[in-house]
Formats: sequence, structure tokens, C-alpha cells
Amino acid sequence: MFSLKSITDSIQVWLSANLGATGALIAQCVIVILLAIALFAVLGLVLVLMERKVAARMQVRLGPNRVGPWGSMQTAADTLKLIVKEGLTPDGADKFLFNLAPYIVMIVAMLLLAPIAYANNFQIWDINIGVLYVTAVSSLGVIGILMAGWASNNNYSLLGAMRSGAQIVSYELSAGLAILTIVVLTGSLQISEIVQSQADGWWIFKGHIPAIIAFIIFIIAVTAETNRAPFDLAEAESELTAGFHTEYSGMKFALFFLAEYINIFIVCAIGATLFLGGWMPLHIGNWQAFNHIMDYIPSSVWFFGKVFFLIFLIMWFRWTFPRLRVDQLLNLEWKYLLPISLFNLLLVTMIAILGWHF
Amino acid sequence: MYTETQILKETSTSLLNGEGELVINVGPQHPATHGVLHLVITLNGETIKKIEPHLGYIHRSIEKMCESLTYRQFIYVTSRMDYLSAHINNHACAMAVEKAMQIEVPQRAQYIRVILDELTRIASHELWWGALAMDVGAFTPFFYAFRERETITDIMEETCGARLTMNYMVPGGVMADIHPNFQQRVKDFIKLFKKNVDEYDDLVTGNVIFQNRLKNVGYLSPEDAISYGCSGPVARGSGVKSDIRKIAPYDIYNQVQFDEVLETAGDSFARYLVRVKEMRQSISIIEQLIDNIPEGEFQAKTKAVLKPPKGEFYTRVETARGELGVYIVSEGGTTPYRIKFRSPGFSNLSALDHISRGSKIGDLMATMGTLDLVIPDIDR
Repeated sequence: MFSLKSITDSIQVWLSANLGATGALIAQCVIVILLAIALFAVLGLVLVLMERKVAARMQVRLGPNRVGPWGSMQTAADTLKLIVKEGLTPDGADKFLFNLAPYIVMIVAMLLLAPIAYANNFQIWDINIGVLYVTAVSSLGVIGILMAGWASNNNYSLLGAMRSGAQIVSYELSAGLAILTIVVLTGSLQISEIVQSQADGWWIFKGHIPAIIAFIIFIIAVTAETNRAPFDLAEAESELTAGFHTEYSGMKFALFFLAEYINIFIVCAIGATLFLGGWMPLHIGNWQAFNHIMDYIPSSVWFFGKVFFLIFLIMWFRWTFPRLRVDQLLNLEWKYLLPISLFNLLLVTMIAILGWHF
Repeated sequence: MYTETQILKETSTSLLNGEGELVINVGPQHPATHGVLHLVITLNGETIKKIEPHLGYIHRSIEKMCESLTYRQFIYVTSRMDYLSAHINNHACAMAVEKAMQIEVPQRAQYIRVILDELTRIASHELWWGALAMDVGAFTPFFYAFRERETITDIMEETCGARLTMNYMVPGGVMADIHPNFQQRVKDFIKLFKKNVDEYDDLVTGNVIFQNRLKNVGYLSPEDAISYGCSGPVARGSGVKSDIRKIAPYDIYNQVQFDEVLETAGDSFARYLVRVKEMRQSISIIEQLIDNIPEGEFQAKTKAVLKPPKGEFYTRVETARGELGVYIVSEGGTTPYRIKFRSPGFSNLSALDHISRGSKIGDLMATMGTLDLVIPDIDR
């Protein structure tokens, strides 16, 4: 119904008329980069505030309510504080790697913003291997964490980084297999095609029970991959004080902190795209009137609504569950999730070949 | 100058000595020690090889200070030992002085003392419950626990003027009569708390992750519990009967009906269950007493200056953490010649190294949490 295509097209026409082909391309790149950075910053602010408010609700308290209306400027004030703080580098640290690590984590998070379809016809980079790109790039983040843990020259950091390495490498398998089920059903790795394939119904409904199993496994795996409780062993503040970022302060700490929230947004966006139809509105069979009303809601609202619902789920986990132990964490993955998702993938492949899905 | 072979030799031998070992300092400032406890932990990967507790960071020489204070004054210092059981500490000291002076405590005072002791026990277990949940990584229970603890703290504030370091029990009874609202507020609290303790079970006790974190972790056998001198819920979690309220009843504990909670598993989860069940027992004790507080004096008539006869006096009570013993040596003067406290936390801590060897570093937090250590109680 609503599409941003007309706006982007008119900008394209105007730019190429005024700047020529090369100039238009450069100008468009600059606009996109600025938009990505703005999205990064806004998401960071919104998600941190949301986390604090959700936590407060669950913990019978009010949460931030002093800075700005409803505490809305609290994260901005916190960021300001972190920017002006001194960025300490410990004496024994490997200075180059220590300072490089937070940027790697942040760059990885920003790279992942590219292939996500935020709304109808609103995508930075519709690469034909979109899903593969996401899984490949997201696994680079662990390098930054390992680097931070090793370079800090702190035993707590080292333990946290080791845990994080073991955890992320393991849970990527389940997340990858859960993503594969949808790729099998869709027959494409391209994000826009995956979204289009759900025009008549979301995969979580169309794919029968295997899709629901894949969705649950995906949510568990990405909770672990983003180092969120109950899988926050890399940070485990009661055991390792702050894990891999114990020695970080000021803006370098803030980058880790922001990257964590952007990563949550990204994995939830992928989850929403694969299982919940991306920006596709909710359509139910032959209810023409209902479907028509749903079409009136803008696609970006659908997308962000689904993403924020998933983000809320992950926050809910964090404020409810205790943390697993490191061996239990790996047991859960290798003994339960991985066999189940392998079997599930076979099942989905069968369904896809026999054409049993809707 | 070292030769190359010498250097190689030294590095290789030092590698052999501490091969695969990683030494980390947990504390004196660490989120899980809940105080200034310093543990030097030798790790092999994530597995604990050895724990050395280093004490003394909050040593305030309370025993020495008590020796220079009179028999009325020294009781106030003891609120600062185990600050979560301030009333019970004071109770133990007051009992010791009463034993020395042979003071008969009025019935009303005994009732008030026992009710406040049990309220203190609930408040202490509440805090432990929240802190344990936080140690194993769940944040929310802490706030739930504090919501209820706040009610108890308000009752305490109304009754004796303080919220944490109460000084209410004096030789011969209690310092002042209870507030007129006291009974009603305690009854309101009980009504609220009975509902909430079920909520605790729903939120934490039944949680699979929580049970997995605590079961088969930090096993303490009954023999070890006795030989390390463990007491309180730690010993009872291993099936050792050690409730002073049952073994050597003081005040009116022999007139109330309650069960000594025993669990035989000996692991962290058993110790957890003991404390949660104890909260319910405390509620039943308070219910039996709150409506029957007899009229009369709240304090026995005592001399202005207390001078116990020459001799040695020992009393013991059951605090929230275990057996607290007060040992007074009197030379007949106005101040004690020597005072020794047998604190439950110190003995319970001594078992930590034994029960956490070979477990993961994450287990250490669960084990330490269920030992319920209060550091000022250990260091004094």
C-alpha cells in the first residue's frame, strides 16, 4: 500500500540530473551511510531505554524518570557522560588490540544493518546471498570479543573471552540450521525474496510445526549468540565482574554496550524477516476485508512492531531466568539443540520437496 | 647473567609447578562476595583447584572493643557483627548477661524477643534469597525479596527506631514496649508474606535452570559438616540436627510448635530448600505468638550498674546463619575480662574450599550464596 519507492526514485532522479552518474552514486552512498549511523545511534538510545523500562516494570520499580519526559533523555545523558570520561588503557594491555577491539565489534554490528529490509522497498543492499552474508558477518563479532579479552591482560577478561568464543561458535550452528530451514522452504538466500515468499502467510504459520521448532531454536540460539542472559556467561557479572569488557571504560565501553543492543536488533530483525514475514502485513486466508485493513498499516510499522516484539521477548528472558553454567550451556547446544535442529532440517526438506507447506 | 639453558630450565620447571593453572583474586571487591571477602582461587581452565579465603578486611576488633565497655554497652556493638541478624546477636548477648546476673526475664519480653528474632530471620533469609538468585544470574528476585523485607524493616523502625543495626534487647528484657500498631502490622505482613513466599517458589525454586545450577553442587557430607563445625541451615542441609532452638531452647522456644527443617541431600539446593522452608516455620512461630503476648513488664528491674560474679558464662542462640555463641569471662568488675563470639559464618566459610574443589567457577557463586556468608560476622 504505502511504499517509499516513489520518494527514493525521485531522489535518484534529482541527484542524477544535478550531479551526473558518479556524483549521484557518491551522494547516495553518503546519504545511506549517514542514515545507517543515525539508525545505529537512535536504536542504541531507544533499546537501552527500553531495556531499563522493561526491567523496571518486571522488578516492581519505576526505572529512569528524571531526565526528560518519561526518562527519555536518560540514555542521551549517559552517552554524554561516557563520551567525556577518560578512556583508560591498562598498563599491561596490548594497546593496539585493546583499542581496536571495540571498533571491530561495532563495525560488525553496523555491517549487519545493510541487508535488512526495513520496509517495503527500503533496503540498503539487497544482496543475493543476504542470509549467508548475515551469518558470515555476525560470526566476525567474536573476534572482537576474543581480542578484547586477550588484550586486556586480565584473568577475568580472558575467562570471559574464552567462554564467549566457545559459546558463539557453538550456537552459530543451531542458528544457522534454523535459518537454513527457511532457506529450504523459500529456495532463496535473498532477503527481499524471502519476504516476498511470505506475502500469502508467514513461514511460522505456513511451515507447520517444524517452522515453529526452528523459530524457538533460533530465538534460543540468537539469545546465546548476542551474549544475553540466561546465556550471558561472557559477562557473568557475579562470576567474572564484567567478563571480556572488565578493563574497558568511557566510550570504548559504550561501543561494546551499544554493539550488544544493535546485535539484538539485528538478530531480531532477521528472526522477524525469516519467520514472521518481515514487513509483510498479517493476512489470514480469504478474509478479504481483514487483509485489506491490515494492508493500510505501513510496512515499516509492521517490521518494527515484529522486531520490537522479539526484542521484548529477549529482554523478558534476561529479567526472568538465572544464568546457565558453562558446561550446561554447551550441553544444551551440542546434546539437544543441534540434533533437534538437524532432524528438523530433514523434516523441513521433506516438507519442501513434497510441497506440503501452504 | 643467565645462560640460555638456565632460562629454559627455569621456565620449564615453573611451567611444571603451575602447569595449566590460573590464579584469580575474587574480592575483596567483587559482586558475588557481598562484602570484603578475598578469595584467592587457583583454576585449571574453569575448574577450581584450590580456594584460599583471606580474611581481615573488615576486622574491627569487636571482641576487644566489647572488653572495654560495660555490660549494658557492649550489646550495642554486636549489632554490627552480623548486621542481618542484629536482634538475634543482641538477644544472645543479653542472655549471657542475664545468665551471669541471674536476671529473670518477664514473659512479655520473652514473647517480644522471640517474635522479633523470627522477623529478623525472615528478613535475613529474604535478603539471602534475593542475593543468591542474583549470584546465579537472575536479577528480578532481588527486588521481590526487598519489597517484602522493606515491610519488616518498617515494622522494626516503628518498634525500635532503627532499620538495620537495631539495639532493642537489653539485659532483663527489651528496651521499650512494643508500638501499639505492632501486632496489627505483623499480622498484615504475615498475610502478605504467605502469598509471596509461594510466588518465590513459582519464580525461582521451580525454575529448571536454577535447579540445575544448584543441584549436585557444593556437596557437604554430614561428617564434614560436623568436623568443619558448620551450623544452621548449612548443617541442616546435610541432615545434621543443629537447631539451637530445639537442642537447647531459650526463652519461650520450648512452648511453640515448629519443625526443625532437615534436608539430606547436602548440596546447594538442599541448603536453599532449608532456608525457604525455615521462612515458613518462622511465620508459623510468629502466628502462634502474636495474639498471645501477655500483659506485664517488658523489662525486669535491674541494678543501674551490672557487676556479674567472677566466673565464665556461655550462651548460644540460633541466628539466621547458624549457632552464635557468646562466651564471657567476668572478673567481677563492670566490664567483661574477656569476650569471645563463636560466629556461624566463620565455620561455614571454612568448608568452602573443601566443598567447591573440582567444581566450575560458576558453581562457586552458587555454593558461596547458599553458605550465606556475612563478612562482618566472619571478621568481627
